[in-house]
Amino acid sequence: MPLIKDGRIVEDDWVAVADGEPVPADRPAIVTFERWQAERASFDGRNAALGVRVKSGTLAPAIAPDLDRFALVAIEFPKFRDGRGFSTARELRERFGYQGEIRAVGHVIPDQYRFLLRTGFTSAEAPENTNPESWAHALTEITVAFQPSLDDPQPLSLLRRRLGS
Amino acid sequence: MNHIAPGRNAGVYSYDDIDRRFVAERVEQFRAQVERRLSGELTEDEFKPLRLMNGLYLQLHAYMLRIAVPYGVLTAQQLRKLAEIGRKYDKGYGHFTTRQNLQFNWIKLEDTPAILHELAEVDMHALQTSGNCVRNVTTDQFVGAARDEVVDGRVYAEILRQWTTLHPEFTFLPRKFKIAIMGSDADRAAIRVHDVGVFAKRNERGEVGFTFYVGGGLGRSPFIGKLVRDWVPEEDFVAYLEAILRVYNQYGRRDNIYKARIKILVHELGQEKFTQEVEEEFARLRGPKYRLAPEVVDEIRRRFGGPAYETLTDEPESFQAAKAANPDFARWVAVNVLAHKVPGYAAATISLKPAGGIPGDATSEQMELIADLADAHSFGELRVSHAQNLVLAHVRQDELFTLWTALEANGLGTPNAGLIGDIIACPGLDYCALANARSIPLAQAISARFADPARQQTIGELGIKISGCINACGHHHVGAIGILGVDKKGEEFYQITVGGDPTLTTAIGDILGPAVTADETVDAIEAIVEVYLSNRHDGERFIDTLKRVGHGPFKERVYAAH
Repeated sequence: MPLIKDGRIVEDDWVAVADGEPVPADRPAIVTFERWQAERASFDGRNAALGVRVKSGTLAPAIAPDLDRFALVAIEFPKFRDGRGFSTARELRERFGYQGEIRAVGHVIPDQYRFLLRTGFTSAEAPENTNPESWAHALTEITVAFQPSLDDPQPLSLLRRRLGS
Repeated sequence: MNHIAPGRNAGVYSYDDIDRRFVAERVEQFRAQVERRLSGELTEDEFKPLRLMNGLYLQLHAYMLRIAVPYGVLTAQQLRKLAEIGRKYDKGYGHFTTRQNLQFNWIKLEDTPAILHELAEVDMHALQTSGNCVRNVTTDQFVGAARDEVVDGRVYAEILRQWTTLHPEFTFLPRKFKIAIMGSDADRAAIRVHDVGVFAKRNERGEVGFTFYVGGGLGRSPFIGKLVRDWVPEEDFVAYLEAILRVYNQYGRRDNIYKARIKILVHELGQEKFTQEVEEEFARLRGPKYRLAPEVVDEIRRRFGGPAYETLTDEPESFQAAKAANPDFARWVAVNVLAHKVPGYAAATISLKPAGGIPGDATSEQMELIADLADAHSFGELRVSHAQNLVLAHVRQDELFTLWTALEANGLGTPNAGLIGDIIACPGLDYCALANARSIPLAQAISARFADPARQQTIGELGIKISGCINACGHHHVGAIGILGVDKKGEEFYQITVGGDPTLTTAIGDILGPAVTADETVDAIEAIVEVYLSNRHDGERFIDTLKRVGHGPFKERVYAAH
C-alpha cells in the first residue's frame, strides 16, 4: 500500500510481517504487538530495525515499557472514525518522549492527515487506489490552528495563530 | 469575499483577518470534499462524518443545515443574513434549537457550499454543529447581562469555541460531546445534563475558577452529571478539559452507539475511578504548554467590546406609567423581562411560542423585524436561548414599552417565558428520521389549550418538554412535565413524566403511568394543572407541590377515566 510522508508517496523501507511468517533479519520489519509480547526473546541480538503494530485498543502505556526497542510504532485505525490512535500517538510523544517513526495504518483518509501530523504521526499508509494529490492538498487547506500540537510545539500563548505549512 | 462591516454590537466576539481566513478555508475545504464525494473518491461512509462536521444532516424528507450560533450570541446583521438564507434556500423560515443554533430543514445538498459562503460573509459557519466532535458550547442566554452574574461566561465559551475548533486529537470521538458553561449562581443552561457542565465562579480573592460536572446527559439513559472537581484555576481551564477529553477518547465505548457517550463511561467506571483517571492525566498535562495565560483571557475579553451603557436609574417614571396604564404590557414585563446588571436596563425575552405555534420557528420577516428591534433597542445584539426563544439583552427600561408595542403588533409579544406555553419540543416525526411520534402538533395543541395569558401567569413556572423519541432532543426528562412520543403498533402514544428539573436542583422526571393518545395527553396536562392549583400552598411552584403531595393525586386524576 502507498506510504505517505511529507505530503507525498514515498518508498517504504519497512516490511510488514504477518504472524507466523519468518521475520527477515536483514531489513526493517514490523511485527504485531501480540507477537512481540509472545516472542520477545527471539528478537534479542537483532541488528535490523524493529517496528511494532498495535491495535486501536492498545494504548500508549501498554507499549511504553518497550519503546526503546522499536524504531517504528504503527497504530491501527480499524475504521477512520475510531479516533483513539490520535491520543495514542500524542501520548507516545508527549508523555513517553518517543522519537521514532509513528505510522497510521488501516483506514485513514486525507482529510485526517493534518490531524495525524499534529498529534505526532510521521507517516500514513493510504489505500491502494488513493489519490496522492488529495494528501498533498490536505496540508494546504487550513492554515490556522487553535491548539498547541506536536508539529507546532509553542505553548498556548495565543489560541489562534498561523500554522507553519 | 466581501465582509459586511460589523455594526455597533454590544458583546459579540469580533473576528479579525485570521478568523475570517480560517472560515473561508473551511468553506473551500468542504467544497472540495463535496466534489470528491461526487467523483466517488470519498465513499458515502467516509463523507458522512465530514458533512456532519459542517452541519449537514440528512433528515426524513430533505437535508437539514444546522448553523452555529456560538453560545447563542449573534448580531442583528447576522440574523438578517439568516433571514435572507431562509428566504432564498429554504421555505422562508428557520428553526432555533435547544443548542442555541439555527437550523434550516429544507436544504438542497448542492446549495450548501453557496450557503456556507454567504454565512462566511457575516462571520458565521456551520462548523461542528453535528458529528462526533465537541459541539457548539452553550451558556446562559443572559450572559454578560444578568444581575446575578459572577463571571462573564462568554469569554470562556469563546475560548472553548476556539480550542475545540478542528482539535487534532478530539475530532473523531466515540460520540458527540456537549459542553455548557454558566457564570451565575443560578443555572439557566442545564449544566448537569451535559457531557461536561462548568460553573465559572470566583474565590474570596476574586480569582476565576471552574467547577466541573461530567457525565450528565439525557437520551435513552439519562444521567445527572457527577462532580469531578470543585475548583480548577483559570490557568488550568484548557488543560483540565484536555484531560477529560483524552480519558474519554481513549476509554469511551466504541462498540455500541447507545453506550458511547461519556455518561456511560463515567457510570461504568464510577465517579471515583473516572475522577482519578482525569486527575492523573491532568497532573501530566498541567504546565506551560496548556496554560491559559491571563493575557490571552484579557485579549479575548477585549475582543467582545461592550455596550456603551448610559448612566440611568431603575424604574424610570415613564416605564412605571406605561405599566400602570397597560396591564398587558405589565404582564409581559413581569413574565418576560429580567433584571440587568446595569441600572436602568433590562433583558427582554421574545417568545417564539405563540399559542398554537411551532416552538422555536421564526419566519424570515420575523427575523428581520427582530433584527431591526435589536438595532434600535439592544446595541444590535441578540441571543438565542436554549428554550428556543430570542433575547434582547440590553434594553433601556424606558424603551421597553416601545419595544413591546412593536413586538405585540407583529405577534411576538407572547408573555409566556418560563410558563406552561413556553414549550420545548424536538422536530419530531414531522422532520426527523429517528422519531416515533410527532412533537410539534402536540406542542401546538397544548399551547392553544393554555392560550389565556392570565391563566398561564396564574399557573406560574412550569416547563413542558416534548421529545418524539427516546433520544430526548426535546429534553423531556428534565421537564416539570415531560412528554415522550412512543410507537405502539404503528400508532403515536405519549408517555408523561413529572418532576424533572434542569436547574441547580437537577432531577430526572418519573413516569406518571401508561402512555396515552395525543388528545388524551392534552387533557392529562389540564388535569395535572388542576390538581396542582387545588393543592398548592402560597408561592409553591408546580414541582414544589409535586414534591410535597407526591404522584398519587396527579395519577389518580389523569387515569380516572381509564
